[in-house]
Amino acid sequence: MKPDILIVEDEPSILSSLEFILRHAGWTTKSVTSGEAALLAVNTMAPRAVILDVMLPRQSGFEVLKKLRQDRRTRDLPILILTAKGQQQDKRTAEGLGATDFVTKPYANAEVVEAVRHLLGEVPPQNGPASDTGGEPDR
Amino acid sequence: MISGSLVIATAVVYVILLFALAYWSDLMARRGQDKLLRSPLVFTLAISVYCTSWTFYGAVGSAARNGLEFLAIYLGPTLVFTGWWFGLRKLVRIGHNQRITSVADLISSRFGKSGRLAVLVTLMAVVGITPYIALQLKAIATSLRVILGSGFDGDELAQAGPLPQSLDDIGLAFAIAAAMALFSILFGTRNVNANEQHHGVVAAIAFEAIVKLIALIAVGLFVVFSIGGGFEATYARAGDAGIVLNATDAFGPRWLTITILSAAAIICLPRQFQITVVENADERHLRTASWAFPLYLLGISIFTLPIAIIGQSVLPAGSDPDMFVLTLPLAYDQQGLALFAFIGGFSSATSMIIIASIALSIMISNHIVVPIALRSTKVPDHESGSGMTRLVLTSRRISIAVVLLLGFIYFWLTAGSGALAPIGLISFAGVAQFLPAIIAALYWRDATARGALAGLLVGFAIWGWSSFLPSFATSSEQIAALLQAGPWGIGFLRPQALLGLDGLDPLVHSVFWSLLGNTIALIGVSLLSENNAMGRLQAHLFVDVFKQSTGGHARYLDSSATLNDLLYMTQRVLGAEPAKALFAKLAPHNKELEATPPTPEFISKLEKELAGSIGAASAHVVLGQVISGESITFEEVLQMADETQKILEYSQRLEHTTEELQSTTSKLRAANQQLRELDQQKDEFLSQVSHEVRTPMTAIRSFAEILLKHDDLESGQRQRFLNTIHDESMRLTSLLDEILDLSALERGETLWHNEPVEIGAALRRAIDVCTPLTNQHNLEVRPKNLTEDVWVVANTDRICQVFINLISNAAKYNDAAQPFVEIDTRTEGEELLVDFSDNGPGIARGDREIIFDKFSRGKRDPESSHSGSGLGLAISLEILIKMGGSLKLLSTGGRGARFQVRLPLAASRVRAPLERA
Repeated sequence: MKPDILIVEDEPSILSSLEFILRHAGWTTKSVTSGEAALLAVNTMAPRAVILDVMLPRQSGFEVLKKLRQDRRTRDLPILILTAKGQQQDKRTAEGLGATDFVTKPYANAEVVEAVRHLLGEVPPQNGPASDTGGEPDR
Repeated sequence: MISGSLVIATAVVYVILLFALAYWSDLMARRGQDKLLRSPLVFTLAISVYCTSWTFYGAVGSAARNGLEFLAIYLGPTLVFTGWWFGLRKLVRIGHNQRITSVADLISSRFGKSGRLAVLVTLMAVVGITPYIALQLKAIATSLRVILGSGFDGDELAQAGPLPQSLDDIGLAFAIAAAMALFSILFGTRNVNANEQHHGVVAAIAFEAIVKLIALIAVGLFVVFSIGGGFEATYARAGDAGIVLNATDAFGPRWLTITILSAAAIICLPRQFQITVVENADERHLRTASWAFPLYLLGISIFTLPIAIIGQSVLPAGSDPDMFVLTLPLAYDQQGLALFAFIGGFSSATSMIIIASIALSIMISNHIVVPIALRSTKVPDHESGSGMTRLVLTSRRISIAVVLLLGFIYFWLTAGSGALAPIGLISFAGVAQFLPAIIAALYWRDATARGALAGLLVGFAIWGWSSFLPSFATSSEQIAALLQAGPWGIGFLRPQALLGLDGLDPLVHSVFWSLLGNTIALIGVSLLSENNAMGRLQAHLFVDVFKQSTGGHARYLDSSATLNDLLYMTQRVLGAEPAKALFAKLAPHNKELEATPPTPEFISKLEKELAGSIGAASAHVVLGQVISGESITFEEVLQMADETQKILEYSQRLEHTTEELQSTTSKLRAANQQLRELDQQKDEFLSQVSHEVRTPMTAIRSFAEILLKHDDLESGQRQRFLNTIHDESMRLTSLLDEILDLSALERGETLWHNEPVEIGAALRRAIDVCTPLTNQHNLEVRPKNLTEDVWVVANTDRICQVFINLISNAAKYNDAAQPFVEIDTRTEGEELLVDFSDNGPGIARGDREIIFDKFSRGKRDPESSHSGSGLGLAISLEILIKMGGSLKLLSTGGRGARFQVRLPLAASRVRAPLERA
């Protein structure tokens, strides 16, 4: 089954939180924990979008992104970059390599949901579960 | 009665004889047949020009008036020639080396070739010698008057005694002065000799020395044996004659003063300097003179006292004792002997006048006339060499005339002041003012031109005030009044009682103050001033004359420069060490630079080397001037070289400063680079810390938001999320703790106490602490060969921290079915080795080098929720290094990782209980 979103994240706790949020928003997800696995999964599973962490062991998210963009089949695949460094330099690198969007850790859950919705080109549902994720009670 | 024509004829013949002798001697010298002339005996006889008519006539007068005082006049020179011959030798050596022409030249040469000093010394010498010349004029006039104008009548002799001041005597003296001037001019200025040596004159003077000695001895023998009846009988009459021979006060301050003055005079008198130093042909002659001259003095003084005693006894009272040598033979009708005695006295006077006037004329022409002429626009030297020679000869002739004129004027103004000896002593005191400067010239390197100038001026001024001026007192009432009351009635400035020092003998008083003031001024001003380059060079050449030269003076006749001179010059240009190195290269075999004249090859090589430093033109000028030895330009050359040297030194200093600056700059650059690297490391570290902190925070925030939003979560899931939040919080806390710990370790701020630790106990404690973790991961800990009683010096808590870190790493990352870690201990030399071997995945080859870096984790088990901070190994390594140990990852060859801890063994295995177990 073709998943909506492929999550590439090596931190188990973050991965499990992302899976929970996105599934709860109504999408199907697949998870991998390394760049090599991500490249394989993109081609075999053909996800509609990818959430890609930068700090992966051995092969960084940026290298994966670059390879995906070089591949004709995945040139236009929507990719959201997740980074814990959050510097301007990382954002520019991501844009330069052709990332579709960019979210900095630690993120608000709604932020990720909104970004993914945007990646998939979906309009927010009137009564969907995601409609009331925009507000963050502690802000 | 001796006829006037006979006396005049005898004198004229005698003078012609002297001329002939001088002419013949010059001829022989030119032919090179001057062995006799260059003999030490001639030299010694010439030195006895010291014995003038003062000695010939005046000593008897002095003995008649003051007893044994006259002996002091001979004691001083005797002491100098016997006791200070080495000093004379130094003087002569310098005279040859420097081609000294006069005492003025000596002093000015030594003090940087100062023109001012030369002029001052010349003027002082002229003024100082003037009374002495007058003394000779007076002696000749008086003796002439005695021998011409007297029969054998005692009354007439009495009248002829102290010469009345009359026009006739003045006229006579003037005639004598004029004759003497002519005589000296004919003798001394026939040519200008390169080294101012006058062989003919010296021969004539030596001949005159023999004549005066024989004449005096002849008179003495006649007096003692024909009149006195032998020495004993003669001395027995001393009491009757009023001459006290054994007076205890004879050897008082005055006696000492005269001894000192005469000792000074034998060196400082221009004519003595002329003979002893300038006319000296060979310094070995001094050896002969050192005994022969005192012997001559003994011979010429041995009959002084007897003649005085007999003269006082047999001649009528009131007879002039200064003329006893003449009047005694005349009284006993020995006309031939009297004539001989007159010729002897004439010899004494003429020899003195000739040499003194020549010496003074050389000074005047060389130091006053020639420098002025050279400065004037009408310089004759480029027309022809003879123009200069004519100028010198003319100026010398005029100088001689002026010197004698001055002597005559002094005689005229002071005529009637009486005895011969006091006049001579005034001169002695005057020229003695040169002594401090000469002694300093020979022995005191730091004496300066200013010091010499000050000393001479002060001494000369005091002498002029306290000695020269008072000698006019008999002819001037104003001066007599001055002596009584002092200038403007100021008592302590009275010429013969300066600063209220009253009651001393005038001579002692004058000599004391003038030499004291002279010496103090010389020393004081010298200490306050510095020699210029020329002065330093000359000081070296004078003071160290024996160190420079081993040979005689011959080498200076054709070549004025030695290798040493060139070295000195080169040092001025290049600096001391490079010049020495250069000379060692150019002339490696010449050890005695002072004695070796440079070869043409050497000079051309040196010129090339110098040209490299100061340019070809300058090098040529510098060398040309040094080698030709032109004195005036040499000074300029030295100044030029000094400036060059200063510029070189300055540029070397500049170079040095530049080097220092460059070194500082590069140090700064390195430090800057280091700072930049540290700054970059800090940035990377912060970036890593930021990442490490954000990761657990992301999970915490995300799960907190989920829990806040979804209150309908099933309790199991809720519990799992809460656990994750808790675990991530703990991870965050321990991360921060470790960051702080590592930071403190790296800054060296962590102080701990090392103590002997028993390693088995420490390991067991670490294993105990890890038990919950190892149980959780099913890790089997296998202690193997755990040592007993092996001690290391360590901090117990810290070493346990390292062990715990290694065990928990093994637990966290071991994915084997039957995970285990083996702990093996052993000693190797002075070290303890602890190996931790597990059967986990091992460290990927690419990670082995970075495994101890901060935040590097290598490949982790992705399912493990207990991933570390990445600081554990970095901290462990830091701890072990601080204990003098190490931590390494060993190759295993296959599966698993193997870490090795090394620690130095404790020197004394003190058994101590493990604390805080």
